[in-house]
Amino acid sequence: MKKRKWTNLKESAIRAFFLTCGILAVLVLVGIFVTLLYTAVPAFKEIHLSEFLLKKNWDPTSPEKAEYGILSMIVSTLMVTGGALLLAVPIGIGVAAYLSDVAHWRVREIVKPVVEILAGIPSVVVGFLGIVLFGPAIAKIFHIGNGLNAVNGSVLLAIMSLPTIISISEDSLNAVPQAYGEASLALGASRWQTLFRVKIPAALSGIIAACMLGMGRAIGETMTVLMATGNARAFPHGFLSSVRTMTANVAIELGEVPYYTTHYYALFAIGLVLFVMTFLVNLVADVILRKYQEREQ
Amino acid sequence: MKKITVIVIATLALLGSLLLAAPAKKMIQVKGSDTMVNLVQILAEEYMGKTPGAAIAVLGGGSGTGITGLINQTCDIADSSRDWKPKEIDQAWEKGVTPRFFIIAVDGLSIVVNEKNPIEKLTMAQVGALYRGEIKGWRTLGPYDKAVSLYGRQSNSGTYTFMQEFVLGNKNFSMDTKEMNGNAQIIESILQDEGAVGYVGVGYLYDQTGKIRKGLKVLNISKTPDGEAYAPTDKAAIDSGKYPISRPLFQATNGKPNAEIARFLAWETGPEGQAIVEREGFFAISPAHKAQNDKNFK
Repeated sequence: MKKRKWTNLKESAIRAFFLTCGILAVLVLVGIFVTLLYTAVPAFKEIHLSEFLLKKNWDPTSPEKAEYGILSMIVSTLMVTGGALLLAVPIGIGVAAYLSDVAHWRVREIVKPVVEILAGIPSVVVGFLGIVLFGPAIAKIFHIGNGLNAVNGSVLLAIMSLPTIISISEDSLNAVPQAYGEASLALGASRWQTLFRVKIPAALSGIIAACMLGMGRAIGETMTVLMATGNARAFPHGFLSSVRTMTANVAIELGEVPYYTTHYYALFAIGLVLFVMTFLVNLVADVILRKYQEREQ
Repeated sequence: MKKITVIVIATLALLGSLLLAAPAKKMIQVKGSDTMVNLVQILAEEYMGKTPGAAIAVLGGGSGTGITGLINQTCDIADSSRDWKPKEIDQAWEKGVTPRFFIIAVDGLSIVVNEKNPIEKLTMAQVGALYRGEIKGWRTLGPYDKAVSLYGRQSNSGTYTFMQEFVLGNKNFSMDTKEMNGNAQIIESILQDEGAVGYVGVGYLYDQTGKIRKGLKVLNISKTPDGEAYAPTDKAAIDSGKYPISRPLFQATNGKPNAEIARFLAWETGPEGQAIVEREGFFAISPAHKAQNDKNFK
């Protein structure tokens, strides 16, 4: 009897512990959002919201006239992220399809952990590669003076978002019921046709969610783009011009900005815009993923 | 379950010991100018080698970062390659910090290009026009058909502010300026980019053997179009003020420096420290600077 009581106590203690953990995660998110909002809103006492979002020039420390337009940075962020997805999505889906359907199990045993290790490479190391390896290579390929531009950033972010895209896509390909593939093969379709016409469409929502999560990773990445894209503030003329992303700008300026000034609040406002962007991306990914799970049941 | 307990206890013990060990040694924290970070690092190392018990940690991050650090009292000495702005001094006073300034070296801010660039000298006005984005091609300045590719520092850099004030005439930098993390990164980019122009502290021009880095060209600068142009490596021109963009490098302390910090500062500005300053490519301080320093020691 005594023992049973003790077990019950333990049971509820464990339950309370996990409940606290769950609540804590929610509290942290809400806390971050509220702090961000609280620190970002004073910026709009002096900067008009439309000026903030639609003007191209950002120069808060200018001796002439302080300007707070982040359009160039939003476009830069979208360019670098879009470029990264353009590279990473086909490669990622290809690798995932290969791993789940084509590869010998021995190859899979080697490639899968390698992909997972790729996810663990620190972003400074990737940025360093961008400076010493990809930068000069890009300059040579495109016959331009330097390789500190959006292409470089895209390549690096593609590398960083690949592991996410590969592992989630592969999981969703593996989750396609065996019977689908078997039925397709039995109807006389080749393995290639089965993979592309049956399995990938069946796993599509999972693959889309994988790409969205990869995109979330790319949008928020800071150190790599800060090191490799040149950080020019001009509105980008194309993928070969040097760009400054929102993340890089916050990282560069937050260290020296005098506290509680318009500039300081404006940096948090950039953070807020970024937060909203990644939140939307993750939300869409979540909705798609949920739909996919419902269909499975 | 047991395993987890062991891991948790080990982690806690490790954290605990870290927390206990941290404040055991009182370090002098130096933070700021990226132009000065290598120099101050070497000065600190030599000083620590000679002075038993001295502990100095040197960090870069830019003059702005160092100044903010001293104001927020997260460092003991702030390196800066520019004067403090009146606004910063006000902020310091508000927080009860009374900065005192010591000049430890003199820098000739150097304008550098790729060695393929045939241009040898520029006027101050031309450098300003380049960085304001008014000159797009090297053709305008000499026989060289390349687009100008501007390299500069980020706005937390003292050198950025100094350039803006003294070379750009308090006008905005061109938005096309690529903003690099430090002097070294500017040099590396210029070695690769044939259309490049950049600005760095004179100490960054040299390689290990004390020669100007291969692939780099240091431009001579003149004050006026018909004036004579001088190199930032020319000690006589720096001392006489003929090189137009030389500047003192400062260290600031909060109020009168305590005995430990004062000893380090005195050593840096004394003959031993100044010999190292010259060895690293920067220039020794003048008697006028010395007199100013002496006032701040008291």
